[in-house]
Amino acid sequence: MAIHPPQSRVWWKEPIAKAELVWIGVAFLWGLIMFFMMIYWHIYGQQNLSTQVGRIDPAVFEQRTNDFAEKFKVREEGDTGIPVVKPPAGGDAYMLARTYEWWPVLELEKGKSYKLHISSLDLQHGFSLQPINMNIQVHPGLEHVVTITPTEAGIYGVVCNEYCGLGHHVMTGRIYVVDSGQGG
Amino acid sequence: MTTAVAETGMIGALATKFRICPATGLRVDLAAERLIKANAVAAVVFLAIGGGFGLLVALTRWPAVHLLSSDLFYLALTAHGLDVLLMWIIFFEMAVLYFASAVILSSRIAAPRWGWVGFVLMIVGALMTNVAVLQGDSSVMFTSYVPMQARPHFYLGLILFAVGALIGCFIFLGTLVIAKEEKTYEGSIPLVTFGALTACIIAVFTIASGAIILIPTFLWSVGYIGHIDSLMYKLVWWAMGHSSQQINVSAHVAIWYLIAAVTVGAKPLSEKVSRTAFLLYILFLQLAAAHHMLVEPGLSSEWKIVNTSYMMYLAVLGSMIHGMTVPGSIEAAQRKSGFTRGVFEWLRKAPWGNPAFAGMFLSLVMFGFLGGISGVVLGTEQLNIMMHNTLYVPGHFHATVVAGTTLAFMAVTYLVVPLIFQREIVWPKLAKIQPYLFGIGASGISLFMMGAGTLGVARRHWDITFPALDVTLPYGYSPAASLMMGLNGLSAILAATGGVLYVAIVVASILFGKKVDASNAVAALGPMPKKVVHDAVAKYGDAGTWHLPGTYVLVGLFFTTFILYYFVNWKYLSELWPMQ
Repeated sequence: MAIHPPQSRVWWKEPIAKAELVWIGVAFLWGLIMFFMMIYWHIYGQQNLSTQVGRIDPAVFEQRTNDFAEKFKVREEGDTGIPVVKPPAGGDAYMLARTYEWWPVLELEKGKSYKLHISSLDLQHGFSLQPINMNIQVHPGLEHVVTITPTEAGIYGVVCNEYCGLGHHVMTGRIYVVDSGQGG
Repeated sequence: MTTAVAETGMIGALATKFRICPATGLRVDLAAERLIKANAVAAVVFLAIGGGFGLLVALTRWPAVHLLSSDLFYLALTAHGLDVLLMWIIFFEMAVLYFASAVILSSRIAAPRWGWVGFVLMIVGALMTNVAVLQGDSSVMFTSYVPMQARPHFYLGLILFAVGALIGCFIFLGTLVIAKEEKTYEGSIPLVTFGALTACIIAVFTIASGAIILIPTFLWSVGYIGHIDSLMYKLVWWAMGHSSQQINVSAHVAIWYLIAAVTVGAKPLSEKVSRTAFLLYILFLQLAAAHHMLVEPGLSSEWKIVNTSYMMYLAVLGSMIHGMTVPGSIEAAQRKSGFTRGVFEWLRKAPWGNPAFAGMFLSLVMFGFLGGISGVVLGTEQLNIMMHNTLYVPGHFHATVVAGTTLAFMAVTYLVVPLIFQREIVWPKLAKIQPYLFGIGASGISLFMMGAGTLGVARRHWDITFPALDVTLPYGYSPAASLMMGLNGLSAILAATGGVLYVAIVVASILFGKKVDASNAVAALGPMPKKVVHDAVAKYGDAGTWHLPGTYVLVGLFFTTFILYYFVNWKYLSELWPMQ
């Protein structure tokens, strides 16, 4: 039994039954398939997280985001005073995270690609784009540049899904996606 | 055994007092027995506390109930993670280590006084961290990601707890040396002890990682260090945080083998295969810190792929092997006992009324189907984009740690109480249903949280109905998400009922259970299959052993589910916004 020493002293020379060998082989092959699936997706898949990342001083990132918002601001979000910013198609967009907001609100065009720069000014935050359910971790001091291509017009929520303190659950943001040539 | 005592020398022989276990014939060192009792009792106390916090968390996340205020919710969630994931499990694992070394090998335990030093350190550390959390200004979650900062005694408590656990690991290793030296067993150590050794080796790695990150973080919290890099913190912290879950896996797999051996007389199909599977854990499981860093900036995809897959899924291979050999060994034993009709008579006539067996088998099935499959999917680099930090993550680990590890630990308790505490289980009828209540509740928690996570619901989040709050930019999850959270709450109530029952049965049995002696020693282990023949399987590698159609069907079902679910998720991923 499993609570007694092996019955045969030289247990490592016991034969392995065929069925067990078959299962080990199948499981090993399945592991290889799953391993190469990730590499395959890097080559042929459309959804891969960018590895374009640089160290950045949070103050510098804040300044760049402010400049970006000032330059491309198209309106304000209701009476909140938060700017809605519409970057040129194919251009750079900035969104910063700080306790407890995602800033500013972005307006993007459907089918166009944008280089989204995200970083945090204070703690770690979680960029969770809903309802499409795309989730990216955000660190202070690291600027992550992700190229995204919205596929459908609509209003998208950005929820913080990395716990960042007692106001974590009020930390939200917004991205508008409009048909090309519209909005603004 | 007389020669063994003679060889110990005077000190060892005089200091050690043994009793002979009437059920198993094993020689039990009374000093080891006291340590096992103390650690098991501490474990159950922390399970009760941490489980209570867990219920409060689930009731708060149920939108219709929304029990706690946000401050208290984050406090309760921090305490829940610490008390169950660390305290309950590691105290219990200390008991398992002492049991798997001293008791199973009929040896005296190494340095029992140090065992008490370790135990006291763990208790002091656990209380210190709990106090820090309850004071209210250390609601930083179990993971305490920097630069978020807790009070210094939050970290100090964790460090003391870890040092205590490390002492326990070395006592386990010392006991193995003593048992070998004093020849208390012949040949190689039993498979259960081998599994415990795996757990111990991983624990040493885990605790070392914990020290490397928690000591500087403690110094940072008191102001001696200016800056801790948030990415580096996460990498090393998870070398502790995730590897410690691999201690659990090794420990509960060892317990599966143990319970199968005691209740149906199962014997490993192949010692070589089962031990190799444990060895794969030692070699590859520590790479798992990557599972928490798949959508992190600053790490290359090559690094993520190699590490998240445990080097081409070699550790997953280990679990898939156990997934066949554990039910296979049970089927083989049952068939030898005469349950040979059809494909599943062996399973139908298994001792389902014995809580140790029922808990073990439920743990095995739920760990594999729910925890294992979801873990691999979650740990796939690109698929993680759809799941990172959503409720899918706690959904996954409640399947592994609650339905898997905790249920296995509960199951083995029904053997530990009669064997070590030498008391009969009181209320056998309630004990009979306890694993089912807890198991069904735990699998409900896992499934519904995974469902909510698939719908995008964030983990560690006080309120998902944003419009109810004073939120500047509200967002509404689909109504199905609220339904999932409600079902999760109901499942949590079911699991909590099972948990309360477990604690009540254990405490009442230890205090008021009928004493176990030679007359009732075997009966106290619960109902067993009627036709048991001891050491049922003649020999591994034996042709007769290997007619296991039931196991093949179960494994085939598992594998089909695995493949389907895996590729369905790639399909979902392909529908996301293109990104690079």
